[in-house]
Amino acid sequence: MSKLKSITKKRLFLPIFSMILVILINVVYDIICGNPPLSFFTITIRAITGDSSVLYGRLIDVLNRGSEVAILAIGMTLVVSSSAGTDISVGSVMSLSGGLCCMLLAGYGVTNVSEYANPLWVGLLAGIAIACVCGLFNGFLVAYMNIQPMVATLILWSAGRAIGLLLCNSQIVYVRVPSFQVFGSYVGIIPTPIIIAAVCILIASLVLRFTALGTFIQSVGINKRAARISGFNSAKIILLTYVICGLCAGIAGLLATSRIYSADTNNIGLNMELDAILAVALGGNSLGGGKFNLAGSIIGAYTIQAITTTLYALGVSSAQAPVFKAIVVILIVVIQAEPVKEYFKKLSAKKVAAKGAKA
Amino acid sequence: MNKDKKVKINSNNLLLIITIALFVVMYIAGCVVYADKGFTRLQTFLNILINNAGLICIASGMTCVMLTGGIDISVGSVVAMDCMIIAVGIERWGWSSPVLMALVLIIGVVFGLVQGYCIAYLKIQPFIVTMAGMFFARGMTAVICTEQVSITSDRIFTALSSYKIEMPFGIGSYVNKKGIPQIPYVRASVIVALLVVLVIFLMLRYTRFGRSLYAVGGNQQSATLMGLDVKKVTLKAYMLSSFLASVGGICYCLNTMSGTTTQAAGLEMDAISSAVIGGTLLTGGVGNVVGSLFGVMINGTISTLVKTNGKLISSWANIVTAILLCFFIVLQAVFVKIKERKKA
Amino acid sequence: MDKNIVLTMRGICMTFPGVKALDNVDFTLRKGEIRALMGENGAGKSTLIKCLTGVNKFEAGEIHVDGIDGPIVNKDTLDAQKKGISTVYQEVNLCPNLSVAENLYIGREPLTKFGTVNRRKMNAMAAQLMKDLDLDIEVTQNLENYSLALQQMIAIARAVDMKSKVLILDEPTSSLDDHEVSLLFKMMRQLREQGVGIVFVTHFLEQVYEVCDGITVLRNGTLVGEYTVEELPRVKLVAAMMGKDFDDLASIKPEGDKDMSNAPLEIEAKGLSHAGKIKPFNLDIHKGEVIGLTGLLGSGRSELARVIYGADRAQTGTLKVDGKEVAIKNPIDAMNLGMGLLPDDRKAEGIIGDLSVRENIILAMQAKLGIFKRIPMAKQIEIADKYIEMLSIKTASRETLIKQLSGGNQQKVILARWLATNPDFLVLDEPTRGIDIGTKTEIQKLVIKLADEGKSIIFISSEVEEMLRTCNRLAVLRDGEKVGELEADEMSQEGVMKAIAGGGAQ
Repeated sequence: MSKLKSITKKRLFLPIFSMILVILINVVYDIICGNPPLSFFTITIRAITGDSSVLYGRLIDVLNRGSEVAILAIGMTLVVSSSAGTDISVGSVMSLSGGLCCMLLAGYGVTNVSEYANPLWVGLLAGIAIACVCGLFNGFLVAYMNIQPMVATLILWSAGRAIGLLLCNSQIVYVRVPSFQVFGSYVGIIPTPIIIAAVCILIASLVLRFTALGTFIQSVGINKRAARISGFNSAKIILLTYVICGLCAGIAGLLATSRIYSADTNNIGLNMELDAILAVALGGNSLGGGKFNLAGSIIGAYTIQAITTTLYALGVSSAQAPVFKAIVVILIVVIQAEPVKEYFKKLSAKKVAAKGAKA
Repeated sequence: MNKDKKVKINSNNLLLIITIALFVVMYIAGCVVYADKGFTRLQTFLNILINNAGLICIASGMTCVMLTGGIDISVGSVVAMDCMIIAVGIERWGWSSPVLMALVLIIGVVFGLVQGYCIAYLKIQPFIVTMAGMFFARGMTAVICTEQVSITSDRIFTALSSYKIEMPFGIGSYVNKKGIPQIPYVRASVIVALLVVLVIFLMLRYTRFGRSLYAVGGNQQSATLMGLDVKKVTLKAYMLSSFLASVGGICYCLNTMSGTTTQAAGLEMDAISSAVIGGTLLTGGVGNVVGSLFGVMINGTISTLVKTNGKLISSWANIVTAILLCFFIVLQAVFVKIKERKKA
Repeated sequence: MDKNIVLTMRGICMTFPGVKALDNVDFTLRKGEIRALMGENGAGKSTLIKCLTGVNKFEAGEIHVDGIDGPIVNKDTLDAQKKGISTVYQEVNLCPNLSVAENLYIGREPLTKFGTVNRRKMNAMAAQLMKDLDLDIEVTQNLENYSLALQQMIAIARAVDMKSKVLILDEPTSSLDDHEVSLLFKMMRQLREQGVGIVFVTHFLEQVYEVCDGITVLRNGTLVGEYTVEELPRVKLVAAMMGKDFDDLASIKPEGDKDMSNAPLEIEAKGLSHAGKIKPFNLDIHKGEVIGLTGLLGSGRSELARVIYGADRAQTGTLKVDGKEVAIKNPIDAMNLGMGLLPDDRKAEGIIGDLSVRENIILAMQAKLGIFKRIPMAKQIEIADKYIEMLSIKTASRETLIKQLSGGNQQKVILARWLATNPDFLVLDEPTRGIDIGTKTEIQKLVIKLADEGKSIIFISSEVEEMLRTCNRLAVLRDGEKVGELEADEMSQEGVMKAIAGGGAQ
């Protein structure tokens, strides 16, 4: 009993538990359908166009499709930790950075190109730069104007996508150049998004490992006043987390754009902010800020993708999937809610008392 | 002790005055610039009301929630769900529209009850709870039906939708290009929306519940000490918001006459930005439903201006609204800073 | 029960985990009496009031209120209010965004026959109430348009209108200016005429003698005594609060009795001030000197040190560190000049609760180094272990979360945090509060040792003995003003208490 308790208290318990649950559902589903029970993990190499062949399987699909949310979750985790609030503009910023990149690569007003108007690096760099500027803007409002994060980021939530549309002249801009498409397709047999996400995660963990960034962010998030007395400039640190979040949104945006080799500004990153926030919550991080666990958020991100993929496999349409997401969110937050915790504490205390009385 | 008294204009109604002035200036500017495109016609103004009747209802509910210091981002999805229920109810199940409208309103209240309970009694952040509500309602829309359903077969509903209430005494009538005289009109939804604003205005000003909303947003601890049941007030605020979202949903449905899964996407943010532009503080305790009405009208005027121009891309409307939103949010933050400095 | 007595509390006991907060405390209040409730920090004043108003649950004892048979136990503040016990806090508990009239009547507004709020009647009633209390206030204005003093009086008016028999004023004057204080006192006297019993909690001695009839003194959770004002002159009051019988004050002489006036100056402050809290002051601190800041709680002893450190920004004056004029905007500026501050509010400003002991110890050091120069883990462990051993911090491991430690050990961790930065000048604000006697002596010894190494220290403590033992010189503060300095030869318990009591001390 006490062993079970110590396990459930571990920080990574929630994300890993949910992940295992999702996989179990898959296994059960496969058994019912008469597939081999472990077909979720089966990875095969399939030939696609011409002579190239790629990795294929549900697990690969989850890792591939989950890349954007995983990248966003990195930035969102830091923002939540430092400012006890969420950046709801990331989806819009994704769309904006994709739009700017494609606009530069295709030229303004052009909708379909098979040759770059500007070098590839200009487009990529500009896309990432604009996302960082967006982060800077959000961070300034939150850190220096003391505006609630959700409200401050509401501005870019509505403006980001609109500016993206403006840059693309309200059209879908196609960039049909292989060197651009590669970011969303395959390198050799491995899907590129998986590689990019892995690199992002690696860089993030290296930065957290070899700089004091984690300590700085958590100190500010846990106790702003004490952090100030100990010599931290909390405004600067909060600003930094928003810039990092913007950077992540930029990378994710370019990835999503490259996947469909076009700037579909209306749809890129749509509702992605909610997935990213959900990933952070599912990762066992408190949305009230403070201590964070990046690994949890990333597992959370892939869990969400696994849920989505599973739902699709079960025949739920993409439009219906949010119902299940909503139920997951509510379950997670209700379990973590203070009054509910207290209720269970009282209940277990009563049980103990009852046992004591019997004995 | 006279030095303690201040002029009547304080920072709070200053925000409202700025909003109304902005609307008037913007509208007059529109009249001057686009006089040749019919902007000066009364009907143009009434069209803004017709197009935004649903949003007016929703923004009124949002104002009540924001007064308590909370937020409700589920309203857009609730509207979509309502439209889908009405559309599918009429077309597939063959129910009559009054029953469906009543059903939708009840669903709204229950939806608000669940959200409000989680927020007030389980103390979960409003943003998270209503985000889940948003997912849920949007998903339910698709669960009910994934296709677009147009409403054609209910007589009452179609009659209600196309019913014109013409201006009395032919105020603002004009002759169109074909030489037929036109009397400006509004739709039934506008009457509903304006009634909602009036009722909420009176409620906020003259009822105990209305004043409690301000007290809870002003200082929760004080409100408790003064003997108010803060949890109950908060719960009721969310119920009211969802209920008004459903009323707005019916108005919205009367305009679109269809149900689709992607309907009213982002409407919650329009409602929030309208309330903010109308002078409702996001920290709670300050705001007025009249301000929110003008906030909606400013949003509507901006998009009408962009449409009338004809050359501008529609997203300009979003950008201008966002700039306004930014301006008002920063203004509010500055006011708060000034107040704090005065206290220190 | 005596007819004139409106409130009695008998044998109130209350424990917080590990601490006996109140031990058998009695309290009596008569009709038409203003009674000061006095005591140093942690004496149990606020705990006693919280027991009365139902915020804290007391374990033993009885409370009787005039007009109610039998002992009462209040469920919460609201319940207390219904029984005629109202509290007005320093932080006004009203809604700034509502009108004065609404603040007076919310939750019990007069209604029209339609069940809506009768605003006209409410405003008329409010205006009448203001007139009765001789307050010139426009009741339809928002509360936030009035000064804090008037807001407090409106809060009092609300309590009065709710037929309160007992009115508790918890530090109402700490942010008021002289004029506002006199307004408040006028109102208090008026209420006394009407037979309301008032409990007045304050730090300001002058005000006690200006307005109160009686004084109840608490110390360490026990009752020292209930007195009339005449029975207890200032010096005796200070002695009672600090736990020394004035008549047999032992003359403890400071041990570190060395003359520091020839040592070079570390800190020269000229005319530093902080709006409303600290009036301009001058202070010189020599290298290797321990200077004590003494005065009652709320006298500005913590705030003065915070202004030097930059935790509160100085509005006027100049500061020289090591002979060079400096501008300190933020704590990090002060830290880069070799300063450190151990704050008195450990929980709010000291610990980062969810981080480990190790992380808390290296925190200030890391802040000085910046984000990119992370202290390698091996070094972190080395530093943490060094200080855990040196200060004998009791913790399960260096990776235990600091919030799981006891108060005293948390304090030591924060001390370690500053020692690790090897500062030249250290402010220690109540470093020994909540620490057992043995450790206290250790910390005192450590302070003297640090001074011998040439570091300058500001030492703030509520315990005079401790100050005498460790400090070379004392600066005395009263009501936000530095009123004097005591050199080593003037430093005795008696001298210190006289200096603290000031004014009419005999």
